[in-house]
Amino acid sequence: MIKSYKLSRTISDIVIYVILAVLGVIWVSPLVWLVLHSLRAEPGITVPYVFPKHYTLDNYIQLFKDKSTFDYPRWFLNTFVIAVFSCIISTLSILMVSYTFSRLRFKSRKTFINIGMVLGMFPGFMTMIALYYLLKAMGLIKTLPALIICYSAGAGLGFAISKGFFDTIPRALDEAATIDGATRNQIFWKIILPMSKPILVYTILTSFIGPWCDFILVRIIMGDEKKNYTVALGLQKMTEREFITNYFKQFLAGSVIVAIPITILFLKMQNYYVEGVTAGGVKG
Amino acid sequence: MTFIEYKALSPAEKAKYKISEFFSRVPGAIGAFFRAIGKFFKNLITGFITGLKGFGSRFANGDMATKVSYVIMGFGNFTRGQVGKGLLFLASEIFYFIYMTTFGSQYLKKFGTLGDVETIQVPDPVTGRMVPQYGDNSMLILLYGVLSILITVVFIALYVANTKSAYECEQSIKAGKKNLTLKEEIQDLFDSKFHVTMLSIPVLLISVFTILPLVFMICIAFTNYNKQHNPPGNLFTWVGLDTFREVFKMGDGAGKAYTFAELAKWTIVWAIFATFSNYIVGMILALMINKKSIKLKTLWRTLFVITIAVPQFVSLLLMNQMLQDDGVVNVILGYLHIPAISFFNGTKLTARITVIIINMWVGVPYTILQTSGILMNIPEDLYESARIDGATPVVQFFEITLPYMLFVTTPYLIQSFVGNINNFNVIYLLTKGGPNKDSKLYQAGETDILVTWLFKLTLDNNDYNTAAAVGILVFIVCATLSLITFNLSKSSRNEEEFS
Repeated sequence: MIKSYKLSRTISDIVIYVILAVLGVIWVSPLVWLVLHSLRAEPGITVPYVFPKHYTLDNYIQLFKDKSTFDYPRWFLNTFVIAVFSCIISTLSILMVSYTFSRLRFKSRKTFINIGMVLGMFPGFMTMIALYYLLKAMGLIKTLPALIICYSAGAGLGFAISKGFFDTIPRALDEAATIDGATRNQIFWKIILPMSKPILVYTILTSFIGPWCDFILVRIIMGDEKKNYTVALGLQKMTEREFITNYFKQFLAGSVIVAIPITILFLKMQNYYVEGVTAGGVKG
Repeated sequence: MTFIEYKALSPAEKAKYKISEFFSRVPGAIGAFFRAIGKFFKNLITGFITGLKGFGSRFANGDMATKVSYVIMGFGNFTRGQVGKGLLFLASEIFYFIYMTTFGSQYLKKFGTLGDVETIQVPDPVTGRMVPQYGDNSMLILLYGVLSILITVVFIALYVANTKSAYECEQSIKAGKKNLTLKEEIQDLFDSKFHVTMLSIPVLLISVFTILPLVFMICIAFTNYNKQHNPPGNLFTWVGLDTFREVFKMGDGAGKAYTFAELAKWTIVWAIFATFSNYIVGMILALMINKKSIKLKTLWRTLFVITIAVPQFVSLLLMNQMLQDDGVVNVILGYLHIPAISFFNGTKLTARITVIIINMWVGVPYTILQTSGILMNIPEDLYESARIDGATPVVQFFEITLPYMLFVTTPYLIQSFVGNINNFNVIYLLTKGGPNKDSKLYQAGETDILVTWLFKLTLDNNDYNTAAAVGILVFIVCATLSLITFNLSKSSRNEEEFS
């Protein structure tokens, strides 16, 4: 009896290992393919075999050297600048809003929370045309500040997860600090923030990555102003029909360069992500 | 069921009881949602009426200085020691009148018609060629009109606050108290009124860059702003509910209504499949990885989770290329002597299934990340008693794990359902909505969901009014779903539990 139990457990373990291995390969293989073919020497979009026959770094060199049609280094810099600024503004406003809703008690707080939630539910790009004309009226269209505004202005609406996190910090701490004569301002900066590392990291990370991934708003705001593109839009442009034959491998190389830093960042911060999301998002 | 009866149940029965109780609350939550909406409007109206009453009675009871502040804002504060605050009120009044006279009024005047001066062609005096002489721009009239209305609302709120503040100053002087100086008021802003400080900047940003555009786009749904009425060349105007009627008017074989109905059906099917396929597969994988006897947990988890880190547009554009007719997937199928599949250009069904499967590649890692923690918290005795009853792992999954998870993660599930209704990236980057075989669809392909259609209507076809109407409809569905779950989920009710 015991023996057969053990045997069936070993068999089920082996089955699980096999399933995990097969699925793991399926999940990672597109990324491996991406890296391998970004080093491919043979021309063209696709080749009738899986692994490239010759490898070269030319695609990467071309990406940085050939600026005639696509100015990748510039786009990279643009995206970095936008990401840094919008990350700072977004993080601050998300933390401010969620702290206020979580810790401070004031009239019409519930109303504010509900309005915030409802606003967050409109399809994001419903507003893009209005946003375009608004920024045009401000004279900001086709500039980088316009994008920073777009990415960070509405950030305060994403308060739900970090509010959930702040809710889990005991209020007794605030009360003790108040008795010691701390103002609410001091409580926020000196007590709550230092205790909120997971959610802080999570917020910073998500708002920094955002601009690297969006290509919709950029497309509307930048129009044909190629020098102010971000990497996402630029890379998407490379896959359009008129360019893809010549630029597909550069697209792959460019994608690898974007993906590597984000992947490293993400893997380093994975645990904060899990901690932040499970504490703030799904509470049983 | 009494407490004693409940205590006497076995763990499995307890869990079942809790779960059924949870779902029995759903209709109540739906009712509560509509009551809450009613209450919101009732509060709005009663609040307005009491505000108006207070506004009148303060004028009647106040002294001269208070009465003057009904005309010159801040006067009451100014004469009673609150110079800084008084100046701020006065400045806001001056700003408002300058804004209105120099800028706002010209747009507000035409807000009712959205402009009546047509753009006409006139001969250029020098060259004699015909050039357009631009008339009114309906677009700008609407945009600045909405802006002026929002500014007016803010100004009225300030104005009422000013009368209130003047009256309070008067009362506190009468009571022999000293009014707060500007410095003290500023100190207050960092303590007892800290919420004002914290919220002011985010609220300002959200008002200008989210609420203003949103109100504007909602207005667009009630106009005829489309390709034929496109400023600055043409005017557009209010048409009431015509746009919505057009979206719902059935019977015309190949119109917007047909497209809307088809896409709405597919959107729901897509959202259900996308949500549950990710949820169940993700959970099974998380269970496998977290099984006690499985080694190399970090490696397995990293293998899946690494795909989250790669920007979606990269992985999806890549998938798009890999799944082309001569792409690498078909090359591999060729090695295996399986006939090539036309994933995106074949039938509607193939394309739709492909999209759902690729979406699993994108979404399953998120589920693994988010459910791992909860899965570990399922009480072990539930499984033990099931094992004693002789339940196989499969039965255990469907009898214990799945119900328990559904119970705990309903909010998350609804969130991802709403997220999938709005899942623009996966559809647009993979298929661009194609294949476009059904010619009866208006500006859409077979895998288009409502939001990608909205996008195409706006950018490719300038059907702004239809797009806005579709956006509003999507919003109503999503908002209702989310608010009901929000009321259901514990996190909203037991907000204070941790305090």
